[in-house]
Amino acid sequence: MSAYDSVTAARANDRPTTVDYITRIFGDSFIELHGDRRFADDKAVIGGIAEIDGKTVTVIGLEKGRNLNERMDRNFGSAHPEGYRKALRLMKQAEKFHRPVLCFVDTSGAYCGIGAEERGQGQAIAENLMEMMTLKTPILSVFIGEGGSGGALALAVADEVWMLENAIYSVISPEGCASILWKDPSKTAEASECLKLTSQDLFKLGVIERIIREPKNVDSVVFDSFKSLIAQTFDKLGAFDTETLLSKRYNRFRKF
Amino acid sequence: MNTADFFNFLKPKNELENQGESIENRPYIPDELWVKCPVCKNPVLSADLGENYKVCPKCGYHFRIGARQRIEITVDEGSFVEFDAELTSTNIIDFPDYTRKLKNAKLNSGENESVITGTAKIGGYETVLAVMNSQFMMGSMGTVTGEKITRAFEYATEHQMPIVVFTVSGGARMQEGILSLMQMAKTSGAVKLHSDAGLLYITVLTDPTTGGVTASFAMEGDIILAEPKALIAFAGPRVIEQTIRQKLPKDFQSAEFLLEKGFIDAVVPRSEMKDTLSKLLKLHGAKKVKAEEGETDERI
Repeated sequence: MSAYDSVTAARANDRPTTVDYITRIFGDSFIELHGDRRFADDKAVIGGIAEIDGKTVTVIGLEKGRNLNERMDRNFGSAHPEGYRKALRLMKQAEKFHRPVLCFVDTSGAYCGIGAEERGQGQAIAENLMEMMTLKTPILSVFIGEGGSGGALALAVADEVWMLENAIYSVISPEGCASILWKDPSKTAEASECLKLTSQDLFKLGVIERIIREPKNVDSVVFDSFKSLIAQTFDKLGAFDTETLLSKRYNRFRKF
Repeated sequence: MNTADFFNFLKPKNELENQGESIENRPYIPDELWVKCPVCKNPVLSADLGENYKVCPKCGYHFRIGARQRIEITVDEGSFVEFDAELTSTNIIDFPDYTRKLKNAKLNSGENESVITGTAKIGGYETVLAVMNSQFMMGSMGTVTGEKITRAFEYATEHQMPIVVFTVSGGARMQEGILSLMQMAKTSGAVKLHSDAGLLYITVLTDPTTGGVTASFAMEGDIILAEPKALIAFAGPRVIEQTIRQKLPKDFQSAEFLLEKGFIDAVVPRSEMKDTLSKLLKLHGAKKVKAEEGETDERI
């Protein structure tokens, strides 16, 4: 499978989104919490609390929507600053109540628009990066589809980062890269190779800890084993004292 | 030397990295007699820009200046001690054409990376300093840029010192792929530890500060200053126009616009920058060193 095949698979309309993962992993235990308490509730970001193996977790995810109406409602998973601020509010809440944070990442990138700039898109992302680095509770981020640049990283300053086999994570979209490199946005396949954006490439570069294998039919991703893997990981990360957890997290990024 | 490298050698020496943003082609210190101001579009006599500060007399736009000149006009004479001058990028993910671009950037700027770091005194006050350089790949952030900035913050934390960072950047350096994105997290972590130690971080945003730098350490200062008319953005104006397919308002994403929206503390002209920084350092109890004796005065 080429890098460009992964790009296509990561963007496929029938790929499970954050809502699917939340429903299949947490079922009825998930309670959605809304709003950033400053400006609005950004529907590109879903957040709330849920139960896994009898323990409470905070769940935050970028949601693209599963059909055209939903996608428009969710702004195609591209968050505004208020989306990142909602995420941070819920992370701080998780810290207060000593529960771990699970993030799902699926976005082509933070939204580029007038309102997003006026309300400080850069500042909102920057604050998340800074605050997540010392958030005193375990953070696990899972890339389930697209991981577009700073808009993805704002939910991925974590103790562990996992990727679905066909998810992608990149500093720039292959189209953007191709138009800068070759002044030709159609050379997406070549750009996809150059950017080293596949789960295998990122594993080799030490950017992620784990690749979650995807069966041929993406609808039948084995949610149950995924769920127990998440629970185990939170148990493992929860066993560290806060100082150790944070110094491991700092060094995880310091090495790059 | 292979054939491709040989022909690259024949290319004009001043061939600059062009990331495709027209805003990035604003002129540096002009050599010509007349120069067109990129903001007000008026022709300006080069001599009228001023010897040191390079300011448009018509609209107050601050022309881009190199990092070395910036250090010269900002810190006390002879006080700058550079860190990690030898650190330099390599083509870590084997990205097409990056090796040549790096070579060009080094030739054009005379520097090894897009940021210069060290310690200096400003009005007698000791500080760690990082100055980004638009003449090196438009100040884009690669792993070495992130490493130098991180080390500067770690030094400041270890020595209980304030830090002043002048930003100018087209954003993350695409040619280093995901590893350039990781610099945003790495630098932000170092900023956070410095901040948690109760130490002062002053950011000065200069034209242009965009992308991954805006979305990391540029916006993380305790006090954020900007030069007049500087473009400060997450997504550059061209990207936004292409996304929303409409023209942007005139002063959108200018320093003054960010001031109005509440994202920066003050717009400070270049001629007043040194004085402003020195006052802020003093008010935060920075250590003052007597210029001649080199002895510590007292902690204020």
